[in-house]
Amino acid sequence: MNMLKLPIYLDHNATTPCDPRVVETMIPYFTEHFGNSASRNHPFGWQAEEAIDYAREQIAKLIGADPKEIIFTSGATEGDNLAIKGVFDMYASKGNHIITATTEHKAVLDTCKHIEKSGGEVTYLEVNDEGMIDLQELEASIKPTTILVAIMYANNEIGAVQPVKEISRIAKKHGVLFFTDGTQAVSKIPVDVVKDGIDLMAFSAHKMYGPKGVGALYVRRKSPRVKVTAQMDGGGHERGMRSGTLNVAGIVGFGKACEIAMQDMETETKRVSVLRDKLENGLMKLEEAYVNGSREHRLPHVTNISFKYVEGEGLMMGFNKDIAVSSGSACTSASLEPSYVLKALGLGDDLAHSSLRFGLGRFTTEEQIDYTIEQVSKTVIKLREMSPLWEMYKEGVDLDKIEWAHH
Amino acid sequence: MAYSEKVIDHYSNPKNVGTLDKSQKNVGTGLVGAPECGDVMRLQIEVDETTGIIKDAKFKTFGCGSAIASSSLATEWLKGKSVEDALKIDNMEIVEELNLPPVKIHCSVLAEDAIKAAINDFRVKNGMEALKFEESVLH
Repeated sequence: MNMLKLPIYLDHNATTPCDPRVVETMIPYFTEHFGNSASRNHPFGWQAEEAIDYAREQIAKLIGADPKEIIFTSGATEGDNLAIKGVFDMYASKGNHIITATTEHKAVLDTCKHIEKSGGEVTYLEVNDEGMIDLQELEASIKPTTILVAIMYANNEIGAVQPVKEISRIAKKHGVLFFTDGTQAVSKIPVDVVKDGIDLMAFSAHKMYGPKGVGALYVRRKSPRVKVTAQMDGGGHERGMRSGTLNVAGIVGFGKACEIAMQDMETETKRVSVLRDKLENGLMKLEEAYVNGSREHRLPHVTNISFKYVEGEGLMMGFNKDIAVSSGSACTSASLEPSYVLKALGLGDDLAHSSLRFGLGRFTTEEQIDYTIEQVSKTVIKLREMSPLWEMYKEGVDLDKIEWAHH
Repeated sequence: MAYSEKVIDHYSNPKNVGTLDKSQKNVGTGLVGAPECGDVMRLQIEVDETTGIIKDAKFKTFGCGSAIASSSLATEWLKGKSVEDALKIDNMEIVEELNLPPVKIHCSVLAEDAIKAAINDFRVKNGMEALKFEESVLH
């Protein structure tokens, strides 16, 4: 215990630290090999291009793609925008209808809102209490004008993994393209664009121990050949789909991060899921604690737990100088609305306000988990002693029958 | 967003957490907020019937650190005040004392509401009319 270094980082769904091996690989590309990969006529450019090609291979390999199918972006938000808007523009003659789900990331949902304002039609599929979409409902939503199904691979708040193979089968059957936001899934669980039948997929380096500010959009080249309309005008980089000088150092780091992920995924997944289960089981010993979302179809490193009668931000304050997690509580966001993902599972606002998300990672240790269980449990118990709701619950008062003064 | 030292201090060492016997005639209870909004405050005062002075105050709060700190501070300020003076506590005084940022002003408003609700409960129990407050106080 005396070796424990604070603070502990358990928010790996937000971002991850760069792996030192990634940083080491990147460094020469800031200084000696600073060339622009689009400079075709001198060694500086050639060297950069070679590095980009190599990274493209490393990245493609991780997801079972051809290197030519990788379009570099600034991150998953750009990838989501480019995929959805790009398909909407490119396939306008075929139709204007997109199907997505209510638990998607804002980068997808807000892009869909934009599509609606631009004359498109969007169907938002509901999810069940585990966070999973209904495949029959998906199929029933497909119309002759449907051009795209946009369903994330795994959710960022609860880690629920959607039945991607079945989704792509349905899309294919109806001749509809399938886009998935793979940001949380790629490098954590095996993702294979061929086996999974994915046509487009956005993902990002900084969620897998790579640098921030770089990501990729996978765009299928064969059966079918998919194209997206560029959303930025410029030099026509990335097969004309994404203009802008490539972030060479970032891409080199992204490539290295993918290579490491591919090597270590199996052992890392096992190790991290054991720790996650230990954390979850430890915290579930508290009364009135509930795991949010599917425990069966879930990323190995995430658990999202509601501690009833305790508010999430107040709870985090008890240990957040030592342990970094995130909460679905309204107080942590600017909107004052609790997590829409948790609400989509059918959770009441009160339970959504009481949730914490723990995201474990490559450098998480058992000592850190033991310490976290101890600190979180202690704070939950302390705050419940201070909670009027806990007192009422213990006295058998039905909180739903109280007329609260909403403000 | 970092918390002010005073908020951290009240959160870590809250003053006057607890429950007074609400069946007592000289105890007023105010329960404000809603679980769905992420804040519920229960503030209680015990009034000395001869002097009209608040001799004890207790709170329990479900909410963020600023809500807990606001109610803890309110109970400290209430003790020793007359009911009449207690009515003068303004939420902006709580904001200033705790250095609450704009997004947390609602926590201080809730504390002021809780004080007023507790006083009204005490008044009604003792045969007085409930005071009416400007609507802005309740939001």
